Amino acid sequence: MVKFHDRIVALVFAIGLLVVAAGLAHAGPYEDALEKFTTDEFADTAEAVTEVATSGSPLAAPLIAALQDGRLQFSAKDKKVFIKTADDKLIDAETGKPFDGTPPDDLDTVRVNNRLRGVIEAANGALTLMAPDAGKRYESAQSVFKSRDAAVLPAVEKALEAEKVARVKKILNEARAAILLAADDTSAPDRIAAIEVIRARGDQDSLALLQSLPADLPADVRATANGAIKTVERNLALWNTVQNLWYGLSLGSVLLLAAIGLAITFGVMGVINMAHGEMVMLGAYTTYVVQDVIRTSYPGLFDYSLAFALPLAFLVAAIVGIIIERTVIRFLYGRPLETLLATWGISLVLMQAVRAVFGPTNKEVGNPSWMSGAFDLGGILITYNRMWIIVFTGIVFVALLAMLRFTRLGLEMRAVTQNRQMAAAVGIRTARIDALTFGLGSGIAGIAGVALSQIDNVSPNLGQGYIIDSFMVVVFGGVGNLWGTLVGALTLGIANKFLEPFAGAVLAKIAILVFIILFIQKRPRGMFALKGRAIEA
Amino acid sequence: MMSAHPLIRLLDRGSTLFLVLLGAFAIAIPVLNLLMPAGSALHVSTYFVALFGKYVCYGLLALSIDLIWGYVGILSLGHGAFFALGGYAMGMYLMRQIGDRGVYANPILPDFMVFLNWSELPIFWYGFNNFAYAMLMVLLVPGLLAFVFGWFAFRSRVTGVYLSIITQAMTYALLLGFFRNNFGFGGNNGLTDFKDILGFNVQADGTRNALLVISCLMLALCFLVCRAIVTSKFGKVLIGIRDAESRTRFLGYRVEAYKLFVFTVSACMAGIAGALYVPQVGIINPGEFAPANSIEAVIWVAVGGRGTLTGAVLGAFVVNYAKTFFTSGFLAPYWLFMLGGLFIGTTLFMPRGIIGTYNNWRANQADKKDAARDNAKNDAFPSAPPHAAE
Amino acid sequence: MFTSIQTAAQRSTSRKWLSAAAGVALVAGAVQSASAQETIKVGVLHSLSGTMAISETTLKDTVLFMIDEQNKKGGVNGKKLEAVVVDPASNWPLFAEKARELISKDKVAVVFGCWTSVSRKSVLPVFKELNSILFYPVQYEGEESERNVFYTGAAPNQQAIPAVDYLMSKEGGAVKRWVLAGTDYVYPRTTNKILEAYLKSKGVKQEDIMINYTPFGHSDWQTIVSDIKKFGSAGKKTGVVSTINGDANVPFYKELGNQGIKATDIPVVAFSVGEEELAGLDTKPLLGHLAAWNYFQSVKSAGNSEFIKKWQEFTKNPKRVTNDPMEATVIGFNMWVKAVEKVKSTDADKVIDALPGIEAANLTGGTSKMLPNHHITKPVFVGEIKADGQFDVVWKTKGLVPGDAWTDFLPGSKDLDSDWVKLKCGNYNTVTKKCGGQAS
Repeated sequence: MVKFHDRIVALVFAIGLLVVAAGLAHAGPYEDALEKFTTDEFADTAEAVTEVATSGSPLAAPLIAALQDGRLQFSAKDKKVFIKTADDKLIDAETGKPFDGTPPDDLDTVRVNNRLRGVIEAANGALTLMAPDAGKRYESAQSVFKSRDAAVLPAVEKALEAEKVARVKKILNEARAAILLAADDTSAPDRIAAIEVIRARGDQDSLALLQSLPADLPADVRATANGAIKTVERNLALWNTVQNLWYGLSLGSVLLLAAIGLAITFGVMGVINMAHGEMVMLGAYTTYVVQDVIRTSYPGLFDYSLAFALPLAFLVAAIVGIIIERTVIRFLYGRPLETLLATWGISLVLMQAVRAVFGPTNKEVGNPSWMSGAFDLGGILITYNRMWIIVFTGIVFVALLAMLRFTRLGLEMRAVTQNRQMAAAVGIRTARIDALTFGLGSGIAGIAGVALSQIDNVSPNLGQGYIIDSFMVVVFGGVGNLWGTLVGALTLGIANKFLEPFAGAVLAKIAILVFIILFIQKRPRGMFALKGRAIEA
Repeated sequence: MMSAHPLIRLLDRGSTLFLVLLGAFAIAIPVLNLLMPAGSALHVSTYFVALFGKYVCYGLLALSIDLIWGYVGILSLGHGAFFALGGYAMGMYLMRQIGDRGVYANPILPDFMVFLNWSELPIFWYGFNNFAYAMLMVLLVPGLLAFVFGWFAFRSRVTGVYLSIITQAMTYALLLGFFRNNFGFGGNNGLTDFKDILGFNVQADGTRNALLVISCLMLALCFLVCRAIVTSKFGKVLIGIRDAESRTRFLGYRVEAYKLFVFTVSACMAGIAGALYVPQVGIINPGEFAPANSIEAVIWVAVGGRGTLTGAVLGAFVVNYAKTFFTSGFLAPYWLFMLGGLFIGTTLFMPRGIIGTYNNWRANQADKKDAARDNAKNDAFPSAPPHAAE
Repeated sequence: MFTSIQTAAQRSTSRKWLSAAAGVALVAGAVQSASAQETIKVGVLHSLSGTMAISETTLKDTVLFMIDEQNKKGGVNGKKLEAVVVDPASNWPLFAEKARELISKDKVAVVFGCWTSVSRKSVLPVFKELNSILFYPVQYEGEESERNVFYTGAAPNQQAIPAVDYLMSKEGGAVKRWVLAGTDYVYPRTTNKILEAYLKSKGVKQEDIMINYTPFGHSDWQTIVSDIKKFGSAGKKTGVVSTINGDANVPFYKELGNQGIKATDIPVVAFSVGEEELAGLDTKPLLGHLAAWNYFQSVKSAGNSEFIKKWQEFTKNPKRVTNDPMEATVIGFNMWVKAVEKVKSTDADKVIDALPGIEAANLTGGTSKMLPNHHITKPVFVGEIKADGQFDVVWKTKGLVPGDAWTDFLPGSKDLDSDWVKLKCGNYNTVTKKCGGQAS
């Protein structure tokens, strides 16, 4: 989104450039500042940015935008600065006219570091408070709120008068309050009003702002401030709980996604599939291959890459799963522990095979734009990728449940789970069902890999990180019961996230493991144990 | 066979052969290492002594797993934890022996505590400067953990796959814990840079050979203990539990007590293996707790022959030798394929493992006329019938 | 030998698998030793499988590349070099076993290897006992100086402290509040201890330092990233010093990007993230976050561009990146070659004595020197992540920084000194005037 705005703004300015270019007078503060861009020193560049921003030249905004995007170029020899356009043409920064001579041979990009980016943002903040795009104005008001720069106050007040969009108006108001609170010479009533605005905002930044108020305030202001601090703290504590819940839900859904395929193979066939994690890995690598093809051949389709990857990952993992079932596992039915050993061997082979084909290093799997970034919901920040993974997990779970409930295959699977001999006696081809079930479980692991590729490493070791957790979830929830797996995954996820803030990530994990060990003593077959004679092994 | 003298029952042909071979190695290797000149064709390198010593420890670990898996049907995927705990107990003794010869020359604190600004020795390190105490801990810590864990698990009748998974959870939790530097066991770097054991330099050839001989003796001793357990009447009950737990319980045996006893004995053996392992490889680190290590140890047993004690030891030797061999030279990139293939192949084509298959084959050779019946008889003892694996 | 004699006696026992394999090993060994006359063997001890393969495989390729280059120049002292590659499989005891195999069975003259501290600690007794040479090419926590080991990676004073200095400077954003986030193992623990002491010596208060540890391979960073965000909203400029290890970095940076922590708000400087790690990441959201190293692929120098060109030709991959531990391997390799040429022998004692004082060009245009404490002098660079997965160098030290084995910021080690030339001691206590810890 940000990029898109930038591009529009750049376009608007580019048009503006041509219009204003003709009427420029020579040698002003703007032109003087330009030379400082050619020294390749960050300190000089910073000065130049401030000077350009305050010069009032209509060329200032496009120049700063170009600097921010790495499109500002300079020649140290000729002491000239150029703006490179999106289509690789050069514009003379001094005149704003297209440059048509041969470019100097020492042309280099003006470098930017973090401090400069901060300076640019501040300069931009003042420059773009009146920008035509509401999103841009919102962002610049945010950066003013953070910088609390008293010099910007007049600009903020002017912008506040002109502002029509309520969302932007609110944040401008908060920015104004922040500036007033940070300033020393604000009158008491103004301060109280400002505190009220900040109290209403009620987030972590507000708390920090309120806490940083000087101690020697007039009594009534102090009282208001203290009251506001209390309100904000209560507010934050509440949101903190919500946030932990959300994180727990998110972690739980990742666990569920990784474990649900296992719940099927384990539940229906009693097969301990140690190569399950590698099916997840295969799914992630499928995503990588799909994205690689898209990146090189059809870059426009990148945002849809996951849609292509999902069915492919399912197929790849399912086919590998069926091959494993037909060639190895079917000879080992009724011997779950031997299966464990054989599938462990398979997992080693698969890992090394992937390492041999794709190399041992991580592979880059990008987030499509609709899975990047975050939005605020009340007092918590929700990242898109986590949200979509939760949604996706929900869909997979429901689809799987429906499949088991309403399709013929599902019926036969359930029959085989409950009583293999009887199922065979009524004419179900149990061997075929076994292969398909294993394929289904593996396929689901494959699509879990697509989702996990969005938040984790895509490396040969990917599956190893999830295999133990997956087993814990399935065993905790109860073998052979999808609802058990759901409840198990969410419980473990949420418990982990509530423990983590005060126990730390390591101890939280240990605590969860110990809890599972103890829980299994109480309910040796998990939370939702299947009843019936079929389970009596 | 049933009427034979207990001693004969204890030492059947395979066991005798095993003990004789082990004894031969235990005598020959040190002799050839210490007495033969380095250039001689008969000289055994120190590299081989260290390697063989390591294998013997792995053999003992495999033996302890086979005792519970092959004879009681408890598949522990966390036996590496007992091995590592025994190793840590020994490692702590060795750390204390360093004394003021550590890099910081602190007479009491091990180096890793000094540079993380620990001011005093944690209480659980007390006493480890005493060899007898440390050896007691080698047995006690794994034994106690196994006892408590088993007491809970067997009493609640956690069996089969569930038990395997929670043993895995146990070792995983310990892995995470020992990785934490705050735990006081050196974190990821573990315990290393040992100098002396009982006043002998751990790196001296003499000490190495002595450790090898002691390892072989312990292996032989534990082997005899296992044989004694499995050939006694007690052992018959164990096999009964393995093959039909409910029926054994209905017959009036207290299944939990039997399981608990064997599980604890087995954990102690794993602890001994770990304690012998540490001075010979020179390091103990939380990596030994990794669930993958425990699974691998189970696989040694499967390869050698589950339910045959000699097989377990042989499996440990074969797999680890394969690992040593395949991780060098041009085979290095492919060794995981070999290892993985070995596991798959063994379970598919040699479900009885090397020794089990060999026994089977011999039985067939001896009595071709009625192979089927012979098979059945054979099954009753050395290896599990497939359907009762759980 | 011994095994094959036994085998002849009892062919029919089931031990024949073992002995057959042993036989093959012996034959293989014999073939290798036949060609030993004309070559100098160089051991390569890097994990090619298991969790560390992700980092170490590149270093194995680097050593092979260097050997190839050296042989093109005619080898060393008229002999060709021959690599002996083993795979210790990210398994620490196996590292010790393989080290012993390389030295005593393959008779290598030198070993290049190890990545993690624990692997180095594991092989250390072997190198001391058999008196061989190890070149260790990775940045580490310091607190070690051994006669048989040469440390060509950064010590804490060559990476961590300069990076913090940069963040504290006006140029780096004048950071006042610090998050020290790391994986829970020895390198981050020690580095953070040193940094904590260093920051306090610079007047940073305890409440302005937050220390956080996570397990290996941690993948759910939501809570920690939001904690960092909270910690950073207290009004003072906040920076994160990350000693998060390998695999956990990708999800960490993804979470940072998604929660919108920009480098202008809270810069993150990492000590374990290089070009290789970034190759597995979409770096656009990470623009401006930092890393401190002694080498970046983007450093402009004649030596560097030639190296990159040849490396990409050697690996037949025009996109293959280079990184800091690779450079450390290269420097170490060149120093060893020079030392061997100087003493005209590969004898360990002679080479160890010759190495201090040897100089070799590093890839960033300077000349690194092996110091008496077996560490080297290196420049320190701070780079910002660019959108193309490379780093833009925004700061570098004036000259070369000598590696310090014993940090001055920990009470246990501030009195220790290391000098293998004059004092012949790796941990000489300047107060008690004694060389500690020498067992024999």
